[in-house]
Amino acid sequence: MNRIPNHPILEDEKPEKEVQIFVDNKPIIALEGEMIAAALIANGIFINRYTTHKHKPRGIYCAIGRCTDCIMTVDGVPNVRTCVTKVREGMKIITQQGTGVWSEEVQND
Amino acid sequence: MIEIELAIVGAGPAGLSAAIEARRAGVDVLLIDENARPGGQLFKQIHKFFGSRAHKAGIRGMNIGTELLQESEKFGIKTWLNGEVCGIEDGHNLWVVRNREKSEIVRAKKIILATGATENAVTFPGWDLPGVMGAGAAQTMINVNRVLPGKKVIMLGSGNVGVIVAYQLLQAGAEVVAVLEAAPRLGGYGVHTAKVCRAGVPFYVSHTIKRAFGTDHVEAVEIVKLDSSFKQIPGTEHVIEVDTICLATGLTPLTELAWLAGCKFNFVPALGGHLPIHDDKMHSTQNDIFIAGDISGIEEASTAMEEGRLAGINVATELGYITKEEADARSQEIWDNLNTLRSGYFGQKRRDAKDSMLQNGKEVIKWNIH
Repeated sequence: MNRIPNHPILEDEKPEKEVQIFVDNKPIIALEGEMIAAALIANGIFINRYTTHKHKPRGIYCAIGRCTDCIMTVDGVPNVRTCVTKVREGMKIITQQGTGVWSEEVQND
Repeated sequence: MIEIELAIVGAGPAGLSAAIEARRAGVDVLLIDENARPGGQLFKQIHKFFGSRAHKAGIRGMNIGTELLQESEKFGIKTWLNGEVCGIEDGHNLWVVRNREKSEIVRAKKIILATGATENAVTFPGWDLPGVMGAGAAQTMINVNRVLPGKKVIMLGSGNVGVIVAYQLLQAGAEVVAVLEAAPRLGGYGVHTAKVCRAGVPFYVSHTIKRAFGTDHVEAVEIVKLDSSFKQIPGTEHVIEVDTICLATGLTPLTELAWLAGCKFNFVPALGGHLPIHDDKMHSTQNDIFIAGDISGIEEASTAMEEGRLAGINVATELGYITKEEADARSQEIWDNLNTLRSGYFGQKRRDAKDSMLQNGKEVIKWNIH
């Protein structure tokens, strides 16, 4: 786990409710209200997507929603900036390949 | 369409300060921010700020953020979070996408752009590997999200961001293997640099990163010495095992909306690049558009707050809520603060660049004469 529960300056982290999310169909535990990218790092996942042409891995880069390096497919919607999107119980996150694919369910909404 | 007297884009230190001053004077304000919470980058600034006591020096950035939010709440400032301003038209109409689903037009008599800045990248082979990130990104992860993006970190850049984040990475439990600086001398405030030094972190001046190694993630970094014209010296390379490379290589103002609005620009490298020209009232070259904070030149949160106040007061004056005499007196006070903040070894350069910008603003922005 890569969490920082205790810190010399910041207060100890208050216990948050745990939620279960799925990354490439594997369940992981996240904390309610945290950003997807943070939950992934906490669980040791550092690759968010692979690029379109050269299929190179990408991770977080700016962490404030500007660079779009950390985009993933979330609940069937591709290109979601995971550093500024909060987790939700049961959320399905897919390591995105290239520009991603919309799931049919979302398209028919 | 929603009509408002003043729309402010960005709820960081500048935008919040502007909103508070304008609202205090009686202006109907709408504050818009694309993030889920206001405060901009203040909440990751867990170190104590510089300046005099009047500038909240000695207070941690995150606590200043809390104070600003409390004040903004006290004044009941209307705030749209998760609101992305995607366009600006006729110098008055903002196109806002709310909560990523609903589009709205906000028609504002006056607009203050306080959009902030984004981190610069430097490129080298392997710079796109997971594990290479902005220093601010690492800072967000450790201080706001409370997760550690890496355990063995190298920092490129010894300016304030570089040394402050290096120290905060140590506080968060990471190992910082080195701080690199391309220039022959260190760039950060002594107090922050010294803390990193005392922790035993080696500093390499006249050094940069040649490349990063790794397949799915950074595994090592090759550093190289630079000569006096910043050229790599062959044979001086050496490889250090790291899992994270942080880039603290400056910031660029987020000026898209100012470009869209037709503001005239100047190129001022000392302040981060292309900047909307502004005058001493934070007025841009567009009649009803003001700017404040990093968009007007990369500085610090303390100067951003003063500029925000200046913009807020001057908007309130133009809308008739404050007399010109009162505005002048209060502006003078803020300018005294700004000049103090822009003094000393590091501040003077910014002061000089700002002065030339203001001189230019005086020549270009005509309506202020009346």
